[in-house]
Amino acid sequence: MELHLSDAAASPEERAALDELLGPAVPPALPDARVRFLEGRVARGGHELASRRTLLLPALHALQSRVGWISEGGLNEVCARLDVPPAEAYGVASFYALFRLEPSPPTVVHVCDDLACRLRGARELVEALEAEAPEDADAGGWTWVRSPCLGMCDQAPAFLAQRAGRPDVSLGGASLAAIRAAVAPEATVTCAGAVSAPQAWDPAARSGLRLLRRVGRVDPTSLDDYRAHGGYEALRRAIELGPAGVIREVTDAKLLGRGGAAFPTGVKWRAVAEQPVRPHYVIANADESEPGTFKDRLLMELDPFALVESLTIAGFATGAERGFIYIRGEYPLATERLELAIEQARRRGFLGPDVMGENFAFDIELRRGAGAYVCGEETALFESIEGKRGEPRNKPPFPVTHGLFGRPTVINNVETLVNVPLVLELGGPGYAAIGTEGSTGPRLFCLSGHVERPGVYEVEHGARLGDLLDLAGGVAGGRRLQAVLLGGAAGGFVRPDELDLPLSFEGARAAGATLGSGVVLVIDETADLGDLCLRIARFFRDESCGQCVPCRVGTVRQEEALLRLVRGRTLGTRADEHARLDELARVMRDASICGLGQAAAQAIGSAVAKFDAFDRTGGSA
Amino acid sequence: MSVPVPLAPPRRLVEVTVDGRPVRVPEGSTILDACRALAIDTPTLCYAPNLTPVNACRVCVVEITGARTLVPACSRPVEAGMEIATDTERVRHSRRLVMELLGSSVDLSLAGEDWERWTRAYGADPERFGARMDPLPAGERDRRRAGHHHEPEDPTVAESVAQPVTIDNELYVRDYARCVLCYRCVEACGEDAQHTFAIAVAGRGFDARISTEFAVPLDESACVYCGNCIGVCPTGALMAKREHDLRREGSWDESRQRITTTICPYCGVGCELEVHVQDDEIVKVTSPADHDITRGHLCIKGRFGFAYVGRRDERSASRRDRADPAP
Ligand SMILES: Cc1cc2nc3c(=O)[nH]c(=O)nc-3n(C[C@H](O)[C@H](O)[C@H](O)COP(=O)(O)O)c2cc1C
Ligand code: SF4
Ligand code: SF4
Ligand code: SF4
Ligand code: FES
Ligand code: FES
Repeated sequence: MELHLSDAAASPEERAALDELLGPAVPPALPDARVRFLEGRVARGGHELASRRTLLLPALHALQSRVGWISEGGLNEVCARLDVPPAEAYGVASFYALFRLEPSPPTVVHVCDDLACRLRGARELVEALEAEAPEDADAGGWTWVRSPCLGMCDQAPAFLAQRAGRPDVSLGGASLAAIRAAVAPEATVTCAGAVSAPQAWDPAARSGLRLLRRVGRVDPTSLDDYRAHGGYEALRRAIELGPAGVIREVTDAKLLGRGGAAFPTGVKWRAVAEQPVRPHYVIANADESEPGTFKDRLLMELDPFALVESLTIAGFATGAERGFIYIRGEYPLATERLELAIEQARRRGFLGPDVMGENFAFDIELRRGAGAYVCGEETALFESIEGKRGEPRNKPPFPVTHGLFGRPTVINNVETLVNVPLVLELGGPGYAAIGTEGSTGPRLFCLSGHVERPGVYEVEHGARLGDLLDLAGGVAGGRRLQAVLLGGAAGGFVRPDELDLPLSFEGARAAGATLGSGVVLVIDETADLGDLCLRIARFFRDESCGQCVPCRVGTVRQEEALLRLVRGRTLGTRADEHARLDELARVMRDASICGLGQAAAQAIGSAVAKFDAFDRTGGSA
Repeated sequence: MSVPVPLAPPRRLVEVTVDGRPVRVPEGSTILDACRALAIDTPTLCYAPNLTPVNACRVCVVEITGARTLVPACSRPVEAGMEIATDTERVRHSRRLVMELLGSSVDLSLAGEDWERWTRAYGADPERFGARMDPLPAGERDRRRAGHHHEPEDPTVAESVAQPVTIDNELYVRDYARCVLCYRCVEACGEDAQHTFAIAVAGRGFDARISTEFAVPLDESACVYCGNCIGVCPTGALMAKREHDLRREGSWDESRQRITTTICPYCGVGCELEVHVQDDEIVKVTSPADHDITRGHLCIKGRFGFAYVGRRDERSASRRDRADPAP
């Protein structure tokens, strides 16, 4: 079999970008590859080459970040070097929102107009930009597009500038002036890293913190400082306990996953540890794209070694020698900090063939996503690392037996992982004593929207939603609370009379809500819930991978129905439209492949049920 | 897709119940196999016996006791003691909605008699989501970027995949207004049969589509015109040019067609051909999906060689024309 490539050739710049990532252009095994490549046909090699497909996403990133788009010649070069058919490589590249496949201005500004930013001026900013230049048109060396949540909701409104040949910057406090400053050719703007954890900044509140204990106190770029703050004591303890001992502690701690599904971590780890098939893999899910979520970003920016150490413990406990951190592509500062942390840990023997001189091997590879919420779904994430389109797999089989590259794989959320050192420090039962019976340990919440002091807050499971709001200073400007969106776009709206809700898995469940990824989006009386619901509908439609019919078409029909209700142009009565929405919700929930489709109607449904957000009877009924 | 191995030891039987009726099927069978063993008519669309299931369309879903969501019958293996329900209100609802969602966005008029029967049986009414949107200009869907759709201007019409037919070669046409994105052609072109990988799914969400790299015409792609993608397409989105032309002229008439089975004469492999003849002209060549050698797949000669047989006269005529210098 051979690859068929067009005769479009890569520019010297594109080749240089790929050289940097992949090494010299002509693989020694194929000395005449270049010649045959020019002839339009390249012979496909054996296993060694086949495994290079996992480098597809990094290679596409290399092109995009060097020249600002992926040309036909650039893609050809990638295909020839990685032995990927061009149609498939194009299928992958066109899956991700951060890749551009036509000539593009060197700077692309992604302006967040998602939930938290909408509540803080994003719509007005978008209008101002539109007056400047239409969306996606060349505004003189740069262009802008609207974006889903950038994980900067505490700094809302936010934007990300993707800049060819220069580092990307992600900034809060977006304004026309700030955007102009970031896109200017001579701009020296860098990521501010202004993530807020008000408790950690407050000497009085700080002493009670566990997950955030080092935040703001430790130098995130120094391994020594990390160790001076207790870093790597947990790995030492893990080695004393041995793999089975670690898994026992994690199990006794009753640590449940923080990524949304609340699965017991100990059960997952044991299942992988027991698999005879090798190798095993461990993965930190740092895709964090649920609108309103930014807790993992805070941990990675301000305490990155904690994640490196925690993932090492996971690898040690489950018999994995390779770990991956899959971080969303919109997190330039967290990416930079993790790169640095991994490199330092490797240099100092905390990663590598003989970790801490304790005779076990473990290393970590950092992979960047490229703008796809669905890639946070664990099996889509595997596909993405493997160099394929981020389409979720059907389950079963489950990751613990058939995960990354078909091997037994542990995948955990960042926050879940950084609880593990705490578990080893307190002992399983000691950890389990924190929080409630069914929801042990501390928990991070992301407060954003109309709240006085937005930021990441740490409380014990079981705290009341109302208390959490008080911690953050209550509704901004002392206005009246209309609703809270709990758990994110895949969560649900909560009424002001439900503020007694205990923030625990079981407490939320009993109230028909979910903690999801810890989103607490505060909405005051001035906001338009219908507008937020429409934005959620748009989000799911944009982020659907397109694989299964209920979600691919259902999310489109859902958005259309909501628009008809808003514009008063219903097909039949308003009640008919609501009935249709219910029917769509059912098929998406029941028959979609993954959690994205299954949850795509949930928040909207709660807004209708609890707030009559789309006026069941009014208008043209 | 496993090829049947005649000498394998008999597989253990697994007992499950479907709609309360017990049935024993070999280990590794799917729920669909169990349903068929009981002659339960189960709608399918993306499933094909000669391809790896992608379980993407979800029209075959069933309810399993104890499962949170419905599961696809076509790919889910049975487990001992599984209680399967195929006719609950929940199952009927999801199947009907899947049919309606597809019908509201795709032209399914050539999806076949089975599909028509199922949509009637389930009472699917795609129109209730609004009239299907008018075709977009050619190439428009190919340019859509992931994650950036624009708010529909008129939400009373249902967004659809309607677009002009792509005719960029002499052998077959691609009418993506009929594409349900079942992935069958991609599988047939790639891992499951042809290993050419000329086409793949590009884009995301509702804008996902079957495409060559940068949507280049087939002639510029890796396509070798084996036509295996045509052979597996369930909706007539991929169609031999001859059939497409005859249909457009209004002269395609299956009732006037005879199917003769023969062995392909071009090489020694022994592929079985089904030659479809209408009015003494070969109008189409297929191969049975359950044939041991082809599993339904052919090469350019077997599938399209007839075009030369049937139109030999025309071609020699034109050669003569050219050979005769004008006086
Ligand atoms: C559409 C979708 C997006 C998801 N995104 C994330 C994510 O960004 N981060 C995350 O940790 N889990 C995400 N999940 C959940 C993961 O599939 C998985 O359950 C989780 O990573 C397991 O880790 P945990 O057990 O530590 O929670 C997502 C799930 C779905 C369905
Ligand atoms: S539910 Fe949506 S995102 Fe998930 S597999 Fe189906 S189409 Fe893709
Ligand atoms: S004709 Fe053959 S090679 Fe061409 S796209 Fe179809 S399956 Fe692939
Ligand atoms: S062209 Fe046909 S075979 Fe290919 S995905 Fe569309 S409907 Fe399926
Ligand atoms: S950064 Fe804008 S909503 Fe999160
Ligand atoms: S036939 Fe089973 S999912 Fe399509």
